[in-house]
Amino acid sequence: MKLSSVVFKGAPLLKKKFITALCLLAFLFTPLFLESIKLLPMKAGAAYASEQTAQAEKPSGPEAKSEAKKEEHPPAPKLTEKDYPQVKYINGRIMAWLVAQLHLWFAAFVLAVPILVFIVEAIGMATKDKRYDKMAYEFIKVSLTAYSITAVFGGLLLFTLVIFYPDFMKYMAGIFSPTILAYAFLFFAESACLYIYYYGWHAMETGFGKWMHLTIGWVLNVVGTVLMFFANAWVGFMMSPHGVDAAGVFEGNIWHAIHTHLWNPLNLHRTVANVAYGGSVVGAYAAYKFLSSKTSEERAHYDWMGYTANFIAVSALLPLPFAGYWLIAEIYAYSQQMGITLMGGVFAWLFIIQAVLIGALFLSVNYYLWCGMERSKGADRYTKYIKYIAFVIVACFLVWFTPHTLILTPGELKALGGPYHKYLGPLGIMPAKNTAVNIMLIFTFLSFLLYRRCNKVATVSWAPIGNAMQIAIFVAAIINIATLGIYYGYFTNTVYKVASSVPQVMSTLTVIIACLIIDVFMFKGAKEVAPLQWGKMPDRSQYALFLLAVSFTWLMGLMGFIRSAIRQHWHVYTVFRDNSPDAFTPTIGYATRIVSIGVVIFMAIVIFIFWLAHISGKKSVSKEASH
Amino acid sequence: MKIPRLLLFVILVAISYFIFKAPGIFLKQPIPSSLIVMYMFFAVVTILLWMTSTEEGMQGLVGPIKAMIEDPSKKTLRNIVFLIVPLLAGGITYMQLRPTYEAPVELRSIHPAPPSTVKVFGKTFNLMTLENPYRKVEKEDPAKFAQLVKEGGEVYFKNCFYCHGDKLDGRGHYAHGFNPLPANFTDIGTIAQLQESFLFWRIATGGPGLPKEGAPWISAMPIWENFLTEDEVWKVILFLYNYTGYVPRSWAK
Repeated sequence: MKLSSVVFKGAPLLKKKFITALCLLAFLFTPLFLESIKLLPMKAGAAYASEQTAQAEKPSGPEAKSEAKKEEHPPAPKLTEKDYPQVKYINGRIMAWLVAQLHLWFAAFVLAVPILVFIVEAIGMATKDKRYDKMAYEFIKVSLTAYSITAVFGGLLLFTLVIFYPDFMKYMAGIFSPTILAYAFLFFAESACLYIYYYGWHAMETGFGKWMHLTIGWVLNVVGTVLMFFANAWVGFMMSPHGVDAAGVFEGNIWHAIHTHLWNPLNLHRTVANVAYGGSVVGAYAAYKFLSSKTSEERAHYDWMGYTANFIAVSALLPLPFAGYWLIAEIYAYSQQMGITLMGGVFAWLFIIQAVLIGALFLSVNYYLWCGMERSKGADRYTKYIKYIAFVIVACFLVWFTPHTLILTPGELKALGGPYHKYLGPLGIMPAKNTAVNIMLIFTFLSFLLYRRCNKVATVSWAPIGNAMQIAIFVAAIINIATLGIYYGYFTNTVYKVASSVPQVMSTLTVIIACLIIDVFMFKGAKEVAPLQWGKMPDRSQYALFLLAVSFTWLMGLMGFIRSAIRQHWHVYTVFRDNSPDAFTPTIGYATRIVSIGVVIFMAIVIFIFWLAHISGKKSVSKEASH
Repeated sequence: MKIPRLLLFVILVAISYFIFKAPGIFLKQPIPSSLIVMYMFFAVVTILLWMTSTEEGMQGLVGPIKAMIEDPSKKTLRNIVFLIVPLLAGGITYMQLRPTYEAPVELRSIHPAPPSTVKVFGKTFNLMTLENPYRKVEKEDPAKFAQLVKEGGEVYFKNCFYCHGDKLDGRGHYAHGFNPLPANFTDIGTIAQLQESFLFWRIATGGPGLPKEGAPWISAMPIWENFLTEDEVWKVILFLYNYTGYVPRSWAK
C-alpha cells in the first residue's frame, strides 16, 4: 500500500503519456523515414532488375509508356541474401515474428475493449443501471495500459522491419505511402479519442454529456476499425497482390492495391475475432479479481463482470467459425497452392492443433455456463440435461479435429491396407467439420438457453407452445444441417459443397435468433423461482475463463503464423521473392515453440497489466475509505 | 440403484475406450493409436467437466478419493491404490518407451501443394488459371466427350492401371510393392477435392516433381510427360472423373 502510493503517485499517468507520445512521434515520422529510405541510393550489392533494364536501350511508343511507369514505380526487387542486414545475436525473422505477433495481440485487445465498453455503456444508459457504467469504466481502465504497450510494440515492429527487411519495406512504402500517412494520423486520432473517452468519463456522466461521451466512444471505435482495415490491406496485398503486374510494378491505383481478394474476408474475420478476444481477456481479468476477492460484494461484482465479458466473447465466438471459413474458402479460391498448403499440405497438422484449441474454447464456454447454473437453486430442473449436451459437444468435437492425414504405425498401415481409413476418411474433410461445428454451436446455445431460464418460470399462457416451437426449430435445424452436410458434402460437386455451408450457417443463426426472440417474450414478466446469487460460483469455474483467454491467444498466434506462412518463400505472393537466409518453412515443432514463447510473453505482460489495475483499484478504495 | 460417481466415471471412460477400439475389432478398420490418445483425452476431459459442473457431482467424484487419502480406517485400500497407481504409470511408460523393431511413425501429408506455374511439354502452364481444354466439350458435344473419355480410358489401362488398379482404387497389380499405396481415386478425399490443373501437374511431373515441402514423399509415380502427350494427360483426367463419378473442384463464377 505504502509502496504503491510512493511509486505510482501521479507517475503511471505521466509514464503512459510519455511512452504514448514517443510512439506517436515514431509513427508520425514513419512516412518521412520511409520516404528518406526511398531517396537513398541502393546498396551496391542490390543491383535490381529495374536498374539493369534502365541501362538497356530505351524503347518507344507503348513500351516507352510502360517503361515510364516502371521508372515511377519500380518492379519488385530481386534480392539476394546479402540484401538482408544481419545483426549479431539477433535473428531478424524470429524478432519480426514475435514482435508482430505481440503487437497484434495487444492491438486486438485494445481495439476490442472500446467496442465492449461502448456496448456496455449504451446498455447502462438504456437501463439506467449504474453497475454497467462502473463495469464499462473498469474495462476501459484495463485497456489503457495495454494501449501504451500496443504502441510500444508497434514502434518496435516498425524498427525491426526497417532494420531487417529494408528493401521489402521500401517496396511496400512505394505503393502504400498514402495509407501509411493516413494510418499515422488515424493513430493520433484514436489516441485523442481514447484519452478524452477515458479521462472525460466522470466529467460527462450525466444528461447531454453522457450522449457526448457515448458519441466519442462511437468515433473511437470507427477510427480504430478503419485503422485495422489499413493494416489488413497491407497483409492482404502480401497474400493476394492486386494493382501490380506480374513483375510487381505498381499500376498506380492505390484502391486496387488495398481492395485485394482477401481484404474483406480479413476485415470481417479480424473484427469479429477481436470482439471475442477482447471479451475473453476481460473475462480473465474478472476471474483474476474474483479469485482474489476478499468480500462477498467483490465476488458478486466480479462474478457478474466475468459473466458479462464471457457473454460478449461467446456472442462473437458464435459467428466466428463462419467468418473463418469464408476467409479460408477465399484463400483456396485465390490460390490452389495456398489452399492445399493450408489444409492438406505441410500446415494440415497445425490445423488439427487449431481444431483442438477451438474445441477447448467450446468446452470451457459450456463448462462456465453449466457451473453458472449453481447461482440459482431453480437450475435443478435443468442440470439433468447437461450430460446430453456434453455428449453431443464431445462427439462433434471429435469429428471436428479428426485429421485427414492420419499418423499410422506400420502395423496400422498394414491393417488398413493403405493410408485411407474407410470411416475416418470422410470425417477428415470440410463437410463433416462444418456439420460438426454448426451442431456444436447449436448445443452451446442450448446451454445458454437453459442457463437463461434457470431462475424463473414462464407464466404466459402460450408457454407450452413456445417450448414446442423452440424444440421444433432445434430439431429442424439439426436435420437441415446434417442433410446439407452429408448430401451436398459428399454426393455433389465442390461448388455445391462450398455453397452448402451458407444454408448450414443460416440454420444455426435461425436457431439462435428465433429461439432467443421466443424466449424473451415467453419469459417477459416470468415468475422468479430462486434468485440468481452473484458470487455463488465455484472457484474452478473461473479457470474456464482463464482457459478461454489462453486458448484464444494461442489460436491467434498459431493461425496468424499459418496465414502468413502459406506465402512460403514470398514477401508478396508470386511477385516479390523472399531470399533472406531464414526464408524456410519451419517445422511444426519449431513454429509451435515460437508461438508458445509469444503466448507466454503476452500472458506475462497481461498479468502485469492486471496487477497494475489491481493496485490502482486498491488506491482508489483506500482514498474512498479515508474520505 | 444410484451408481457412485467415481465408479460411473471409471465405467464411462472404459465405454469410451471400447467405442474407439470397436472399429478395429469388428470392422477391421482400426482407429490409429495416435488418434485414440487424442479422442480419449477429450472424452475423459468432457466426462470430468460434466461431473464437476455441479457441487454435488464434484463432491461425489472427489469425496471418495479424499476419504481414501485422509480417512485412517481406509489405510489398506490406500496402500493398495498407492502401490497400483505408480506400477500402472511405470508399466504404461515402459510400454511406450521400450525399444521395438517397428519402423518409426511417419507424418505424411497426403496432398502436396502445387507450384503456381509448371514447365512441362516445353511450355509454362499457370496452375492458378489452367483448365482442362476438353471440359467444355462435356456440354457442347456429349458424343464427342464420351469418345474423349474412352480415349482417356485407353490411356489409363495402357499406363496407369498396373498401380492404380482396374477399379481406380489404388490396388493394381504392383500396388502392394509400394508403401504408401498408390492413390485411391474412388476415395472422397482425393480427386473429388482437387482441380484438374492439380492432376495435370501431378501426372506430368510424377514423383520427382513433388515439392520439397512435406518431403519425403516416397512416390514411385513416373514423370509422365516423358511417355504421354499433353492431350493424353487431359483425356486421362476426363476418364478419372468420369469413372469415379466425381466432379473436379471448381469455383462458382
